[in-house]
Amino acid sequence: MITKKDLEHMAWLSRLELSGEDTEKYTPKLNSVLDYFGELDKVDTEGVEPTYHVLQLSNVFRDDEPSQPTKPLSQEEALSNAPRKQDGFFKAPRMM
Amino acid sequence: MFDEPNKTNPPFSKGSSKYENPDGVKIGLEVHVQLNKLKTKVFCGCTTDYHNDPPNSHVCPVCLGLPGALPVINKKAVEAAIKVGLALNCKVEEHTQFYRKNYYYPDLPKGFQITQYDFPISSQGYVMIEGEDGEHRIGITRAHMEEDPGRLVHEGTIDKSKYTLIDYNRSGMALLEVVSDPDMRSPKEARRYLDKLRNILEYLDVFDGNLEGALRVDANISIMGGQRAEIKNISSHKGAERALLYEIVRQKNVLRRGGVVVLETRHFDEAREITLSMRSKEEAHDYRYFPEPDLVPLKISGWAPAIKETLPELPDARRMRFVEQYGIADDHAKALTSELKLAVFYEEVAKKADPKMAAVWICDVLKGELNYRDLTIDAFRKEHMLSVIELLASKKITEDGAVDIIRTLLDKGGSPEEIVAQKGLVVVEGDIVSTAAEEAIKENPQAVADYKAGKEKALNSLVGAVMKKTKGRADARAAREVLLGKLG
Ligand SMILES: [Zn+2]
Repeated sequence: MITKKDLEHMAWLSRLELSGEDTEKYTPKLNSVLDYFGELDKVDTEGVEPTYHVLQLSNVFRDDEPSQPTKPLSQEEALSNAPRKQDGFFKAPRMM
Repeated sequence: MFDEPNKTNPPFSKGSSKYENPDGVKIGLEVHVQLNKLKTKVFCGCTTDYHNDPPNSHVCPVCLGLPGALPVINKKAVEAAIKVGLALNCKVEEHTQFYRKNYYYPDLPKGFQITQYDFPISSQGYVMIEGEDGEHRIGITRAHMEEDPGRLVHEGTIDKSKYTLIDYNRSGMALLEVVSDPDMRSPKEARRYLDKLRNILEYLDVFDGNLEGALRVDANISIMGGQRAEIKNISSHKGAERALLYEIVRQKNVLRRGGVVVLETRHFDEAREITLSMRSKEEAHDYRYFPEPDLVPLKISGWAPAIKETLPELPDARRMRFVEQYGIADDHAKALTSELKLAVFYEEVAKKADPKMAAVWICDVLKGELNYRDLTIDAFRKEHMLSVIELLASKKITEDGAVDIIRTLLDKGGSPEEIVAQKGLVVVEGDIVSTAAEEAIKENPQAVADYKAGKEKALNSLVGAVMKKTKGRADARAAREVLLGKLG
């Protein structure tokens, strides 16, 4: 059961701002998603190999070669979308 | 000899008594090792050679976390991780995969770090260190792969700065996080463990410890009666020891005042050598790990036997071999193998000179002189060591002379032969010593009388007189013997 408090915590973890109205609306919706997982939990999985990953592939590698497969960007390109920059650095609020 | 480099029992000295650990100190370390000998980062083709370049000049859509970019793992990074796992006596897992560890911090442009969780690449190993009471085993919980975050630059100290500057050149470097069991019982043992780990990594040639940020440590520490504190931001071995010493005193003081040592994360302020509480809302970590959908699982345990074949001789094995092959003392073998470059230096000298003499002069003299000057073995040429040993072995110079040559080489350069000539260090002939001794006896009747009256110390002033007359070129021990002979 997801409470309003749980929802507020999740929103905070994702840095989402929710209004009181949003919280009222989303709490029951998320609970119905959770209920559906309850349905899945009823399935008998005795003896079934767990699915660790959605893809059936394994062992995909790249060689240790520069610029493969992605080419580097110039400093100018790298910073081109940054709202704030200084001396070639990205600039962010202090984190404490 | 190198088939099973880890399964040997090193000749560690056994401590005389068991270490009591009066405060119940328990330390576990999480060591972040940059696999910086690779050419490229772990999930993209950006270079690892960024240390002298401007910020954000070696970045791409993958390591900047731009939408739509896809990581692909570097095969050599996986091989290096297996190498380290094997060298730490770990089990290489059959199935290993990556996860997203979600949190918001500006060093992670994606809002998550690609790391490992319940399927690390290797686990359940151990490292032997010289502990408080002899050989001590430090368990390795796991060694898992992850990407390095970017580098944050704060103006002023972390708790005072107004904003944060970010350089993503480091972002996406291959990291191995080596997590130990809480088996260390003192800051000294923590430091020994770090030294040992670094030494093994250098032997494996996967890591250059001299590069900035190559090895970073988080420490978990608790004492009896309290909860553990996690100390972040330790960037050197000395720093680790200091942070832990500080933390033990802090925790003891809290308990002594009747307080409670709480579970928390603390930040080590290297300049002030103190730890600061980092209380924040996210204290209760809620990383919501989930499998990284952009990277497929690895099934690589089958690589382990072949990689094991390629492992070089590791420090403990080399230490034993030095003792056996060269007949040197175990303490010397330990010191010589504690650093790969030093071991190589010794072995090259020992091939061409008396190995025992080489061990004594490298460990007991050269190493001390290097440490005193904050230099590494790179500062001294092995040809020079060979010359010094040769001059000594043929008794052309005294031991004092040899020390003088080594110091002069380090401080002013030149060659041993030049220094011998310039300083007149060639041992003088016996008859010159003899003449000097006779003169000294004649000129110092009081000292002679004192000596004959039983004042043993009076002989020292006569030896001093001989040394002065021969301008220090005589061997003090020889001068003493000659004097004794003449005094009857
Ligand atoms: Zn990149």
